[in-house]
Amino acid sequence: MLLLAIDTATSAITVALHDGERVLAECTTVDARGHGEYVAPGIAEVLTKAGRAAADVSAVVVGTGPGPYTGLRIGLVTARTFAFARGVPVFGVCSLDAMAHQAWLEDASGALGQSCVVATDARRKEVYWALYEISGRGVRRRSEPMVAKAAMIADEVRGLPVIGRGAVLYAESLGPRMGPLDVSAGALADLAARMLAAGQTLPEPEPMYLRRPDATPPPPRRPALP
Amino acid sequence: MTGGPLVLGIETSCDETGVGIVRGQILLADAVASSVEEHARFGGVVPEVASRAHLEAMVPTIERACREAGVRLDDLDAIAVTAGPGLAGALLVGVAAAKSLAVALGKPLYGVNHLAAHVAVDIVEHGLLAEPTIALLVSGGHSSLLLVPDVTHDVRSLGSTIDDAAGEAFDKVARVLGLPFPGGPHVDRVATEGNSAFVAFPRGLTSGKDMARHRYDFSFSGLKTSVARWVEARERAGEPVPVADVAASFQEAVVDVLTRKAVLACQEHGVDHLLIGGGVAANTRLRAMAQQRCDAAGILLRMPRPGLCTDNGAMVAALGAQMVSKGRSASALDLPADSSMPVTLVQA
Ligand SMILES: [Zn+2]
Repeated sequence: MLLLAIDTATSAITVALHDGERVLAECTTVDARGHGEYVAPGIAEVLTKAGRAAADVSAVVVGTGPGPYTGLRIGLVTARTFAFARGVPVFGVCSLDAMAHQAWLEDASGALGQSCVVATDARRKEVYWALYEISGRGVRRRSEPMVAKAAMIADEVRGLPVIGRGAVLYAESLGPRMGPLDVSAGALADLAARMLAAGQTLPEPEPMYLRRPDATPPPPRRPALP
Repeated sequence: MTGGPLVLGIETSCDETGVGIVRGQILLADAVASSVEEHARFGGVVPEVASRAHLEAMVPTIERACREAGVRLDDLDAIAVTAGPGLAGALLVGVAAAKSLAVALGKPLYGVNHLAAHVAVDIVEHGLLAEPTIALLVSGGHSSLLLVPDVTHDVRSLGSTIDDAAGEAFDKVARVLGLPFPGGPHVDRVATEGNSAFVAFPRGLTSGKDMARHRYDFSFSGLKTSVARWVEARERAGEPVPVADVAASFQEAVVDVLTRKAVLACQEHGVDHLLIGGGVAANTRLRAMAQQRCDAAGILLRMPRPGLCTDNGAMVAALGAQMVSKGRSASALDLPADSSMPVTLVQA
């Protein structure tokens, strides 16, 4: 098995190759506006680093967000198109789950405690967030991902450790900080590989936008005559 | 002719997800998915709505183009994509998809200019371009007069709109007349029943002084306001608005200026070939008047069929195939989408 993992839901443009056992190569660039530029070169780079060809990839997994739309879509369209071109399946994994999973991987003793929050930058002074339970055995999400002003969820999550850039951007409302700031495709791939090995069905590669497009019908025409 | 490079082109600069496949100068497939209906109630293209639609349409449209053309992706010689100009978020979806195809298939990638692609599409319709050619490109996003010595790397701007694009003026006037979005086809349709000499609307930038400073430039903002004022004056007077006559008179004013300046550009540059492209080039009155004036001036007029004038992937594939044929080197895999890509930059 050779799993290509891509995530563009946070400030990291991150790509990894995973052979079902371990991460073979990872390429991550942090640039909140450069998603369009770095994903494809990242794929080429991990293939070269791992000494594999595009034709060796047997499945693609992509972070489905939630995340700022323009960046998020780049990962999704890249993953879907790559999978179509190679004739292999493509799956989605919630990007917040991948971050919680990474925090667990980095502290496998389970000393993380029972509950924590993943909160990422949703722009417009808001965060994408969800509640998690992290134990020695792994991670479980306890709420659907949502988007909210950091101050609005401060009471609900008070005292819980916070994974992700939300803890840095809104330290007055969220924290203490722990774990990664952005998604790592290596962690995303590891989570997907474990789910596949356990026989779990992975989600479709559909974007989690959580907001409707900003669009309003035009106001009545202004008169041209004085 | 069956030879030439096999190129797939992707276009997502506005609200059409286009994937075309060309072999040399032969069009094999032109698959387009449009989100235009989703924008209609907003009276204009909503960028985020367009971008979401591009993501959903991309793989199905690539699949449809391959099926239409009867080719496998592995058979391709190159991938081409619109790198700009256009809506930033929309462009990024197409550019990311094209890069992904390039890296998945191990094929060269060409990031190309949308406007040059509007010119190049006529190659699959009427064969190689005369060099140089004068090109008039008119759509909802652009109105440009170009001198094109070589569409694969030398495109020069003679003039462009200084305010609204021609297609924008059609949309705005359609709204004034109570016609649906997008305005172009509807104004064209009702105008066929109208008297184009009913109102003498102004011809922007055609006076002596303007011709000195803005010889090949266009302006449609004043015309649009003038139509709105005329209609409002009628409404305030409680008189019915002769929609067909106003539409025909407005359209006549736009088409008169466009064709007059295009023919002038040909004459003053000693170029006897004019090519008209872009969405507004589907307008029947523009096509008729351009033909008439070119015939009178001894200029050979080329116009792609209306279906190839609006945004599509075939135009991008057509330009890509020319670039491969002429041995131009491929773009880098980190090429950016450039929403304000200058018309003089053919390749990103
Ligand atoms: Zn166009």
